[in-house]
Amino acid sequence: MDDILKIIKDTSLTYEQKVFTLAKAAENSIKPLNIDEETQKYRDNGIICDLFEGNAPYRPRYIVPDYEVFLKNGSKFLDLEPPKNIWEAINSLLILYKHVPSITSFPVYLGNIDTLLDRFVEDEEEAYQAIKLFLLHIDRTITDSFCHANIGPEDTKAGRLILKASRELNVSIPNITLKYSEKTPDDLALDSINTTLITAKPSFANHEMFAGELGDDYAIASCYNGLPIGGGNFTLVRLNMGRLAPMAKDTEDFINNLLPDAVKKMAGYMDERIKFLMEESGYFESSFLVKEGLISVDRFTSMFGMVGLADAVNHLLGAKDQKDRFGYSKEANDLGVRIIEKLEEEVKKHHNPYCKFSDGKFLLHAQVGIDTDKGIAPGCRIPIGEEPEIWDHIRHSALFHKFFPTGIGDIFRFDSTVKRNPQYVLDIMKGAMKVGMRYISFYTSDSDVVRITGYLVKRSDMEKLERGEQVLNGAAVLGLGAVKTQHVLDRKERKDA
Amino acid sequence: MLRGLVNKIIPFSSVDGPGNRTAIFLQGCNFNCLYCHNPETINLCNNCGTCTKVCPTQCLTMENGIVHWDKEKCIECDNCLKACKNCSCPRTTYMTVEEVIKAIENTRPFISGITLSGGECMLQKEFVIELFEEVKKLGLTAFIDSNGSIPFYGDDRLMKAIDAVMLDVKSYDKEEHKMLTGQDNEIVFKNMEYLASINKLYEIRTVIVPDILNNEKNVDSISKRLSELNPSIKYKLIKYRPIGVRTEIIKSSMPSEDMMEKLKSIAIKNGCKDVIVV
Ligand code: SF4
Ligand code: SF4
Repeated sequence: MDDILKIIKDTSLTYEQKVFTLAKAAENSIKPLNIDEETQKYRDNGIICDLFEGNAPYRPRYIVPDYEVFLKNGSKFLDLEPPKNIWEAINSLLILYKHVPSITSFPVYLGNIDTLLDRFVEDEEEAYQAIKLFLLHIDRTITDSFCHANIGPEDTKAGRLILKASRELNVSIPNITLKYSEKTPDDLALDSINTTLITAKPSFANHEMFAGELGDDYAIASCYNGLPIGGGNFTLVRLNMGRLAPMAKDTEDFINNLLPDAVKKMAGYMDERIKFLMEESGYFESSFLVKEGLISVDRFTSMFGMVGLADAVNHLLGAKDQKDRFGYSKEANDLGVRIIEKLEEEVKKHHNPYCKFSDGKFLLHAQVGIDTDKGIAPGCRIPIGEEPEIWDHIRHSALFHKFFPTGIGDIFRFDSTVKRNPQYVLDIMKGAMKVGMRYISFYTSDSDVVRITGYLVKRSDMEKLERGEQVLNGAAVLGLGAVKTQHVLDRKERKDA
Repeated sequence: MLRGLVNKIIPFSSVDGPGNRTAIFLQGCNFNCLYCHNPETINLCNNCGTCTKVCPTQCLTMENGIVHWDKEKCIECDNCLKACKNCSCPRTTYMTVEEVIKAIENTRPFISGITLSGGECMLQKEFVIELFEEVKKLGLTAFIDSNGSIPFYGDDRLMKAIDAVMLDVKSYDKEEHKMLTGQDNEIVFKNMEYLASINKLYEIRTVIVPDILNNEKNVDSISKRLSELNPSIKYKLIKYRPIGVRTEIIKSSMPSEDMMEKLKSIAIKNGCKDVIVV
């Protein structure tokens, strides 16, 4: 009860943030899930972590509505006719967004907003005005950085207007991804790069790679998570390899005994969460999103997350010198790949009857970490402060990207002079896709909007928060935490080398 | 086998032509510019041995009267460069075309092309040609960064191998050019005209050096000439920066923003459409 009072009295939270925090506290006051003792032990020491999903899952973690269906049919529940012009379209979408839940209660996916809106672009000036207001409204009302819009892979008028408005607004929400395909014209890619060098978005997703695994109707949601449109993800739990490794006698013990056991326990825990959501919570029976065909239970999967590969590898090899560590030595990198191959193999052994989209399998996800992670590198990333030269870094990342259809990505910070030569960044981005990278983000040192681990936060918001002031974006507090524990502002600045 | 004398390779460069380029610096220059910011690339090493005495990691050794450099041990402290009285550098490597191609293999997917720079890379013209012929086969573009003292004209094989040239036009006035570089500028202008006429002049550059050069006259005359040739060619005005230069032979300072903007407007007034200040 002390906790509740503390939330109520917290002046650094906005009213809305308070309500969400109280709801979470209420959810966490009950314990309806069956968790066996060994699994609980893994949870207690941080090896298995459900990333604050709460004790009683009453909505899927990530919902990825098919907004095309909505534009075509309108909504009976919301009493909306199909929109006939750009003003109606943005108005309808903004209404719907407020009814798309997720783990944060805010939508994590806003649609392929260029193709959604392009059909309504008649007068470009008017469309620009509408799009700018649309994006502004999103930033000020969906006050959570995990909200993600997609554009591309084709060039559209609306897409260009979205980029232009993003440059002008320079805000942290929504996150944006350009689905980049070999067919995406350079001109659109360059426009996107010029935008990201100003406002840290869009990021670039390897369209061929995602579409090959998830089908053409995939979305990038939340940080960088590949998920099926018209469905989503039930739950995301993560395995902390950096914490697991110290419990192993040696590398073989880790790979052959500890890892399979932890995977099994974590998969069982995920089963339990999904079972409650599906069989107890009533979400899928009651949501209008299901009834109106915006999501279907058949298009859901679950994300098996992991963090701290670098820390596990370095620990197992006792690697102290930089040249021996993950990201540098062949032995360390090979061990990293071997661990992930084994992880994939073990996760594939598990079957969950509800994950119909992925034939009962959980899909791997390289989790970006949480604000309290100390000394644990996100996913398969090389820790900040140890980054090699960018070309080696990208090639290293690419070793791991193929294993993670529900998301993995790397971030590069450039010296702001690269703004003079956006083609330079385009070349690097294209090369990254060529060598097998799935997802890549860039920003410059002078950008106010910065990419924390996957999501975006404004530097100025974090400064306000540090002074104890309220900020609208609920993720700013996570950003500030990550700045302190993971030194995300110290990411290597890439200059000519 | 033909070898080039390479001073260094910068795998990713955002300032040596379009896109991301690997910049390869060849050793040796026929100019001796007062403001040279990498004077260690000017001369070939005469194996005097002076530098071997200052290396903190003992990676420089004399073997049979020739200086050897152990790249693995080098910590890039630049002591050797400071000690060399000959404007040279012991950290150079003779490389075959094949070796250079191998050196860029790892970064090839990420670059638009190669830029050869220096020193003056055209002093090793045969190497330039053979390297670029291979570079082209990889689907990369081949750019040259040159002081313009060696003719590009009259050599079809050379010009077939080169996609474009970035040309230094340091001074308009013959005497001033001589004072600054030690050499005439007649061929520089011939090159400028020739390269523009065949559409292989990517940009020209002029370094702005207060108190040493007649900057206004230079920019005025050079931009006029350039806009007559093709007003769309990039004209880059570079601020003199007292970094890496031999301050004992040059007393100047970085030009102000105001000065640069004024010069830029002169070039624009003269018809140049793409003028940038860096
Ligand atoms: S730069 Fe390298 S070679 Fe030169 S003195 Fe320093 S360590 Fe020796
Ligand atoms: S680099 Fe300079 S100091 Fe060293 S041996 Fe050559 S000329 Fe002498």
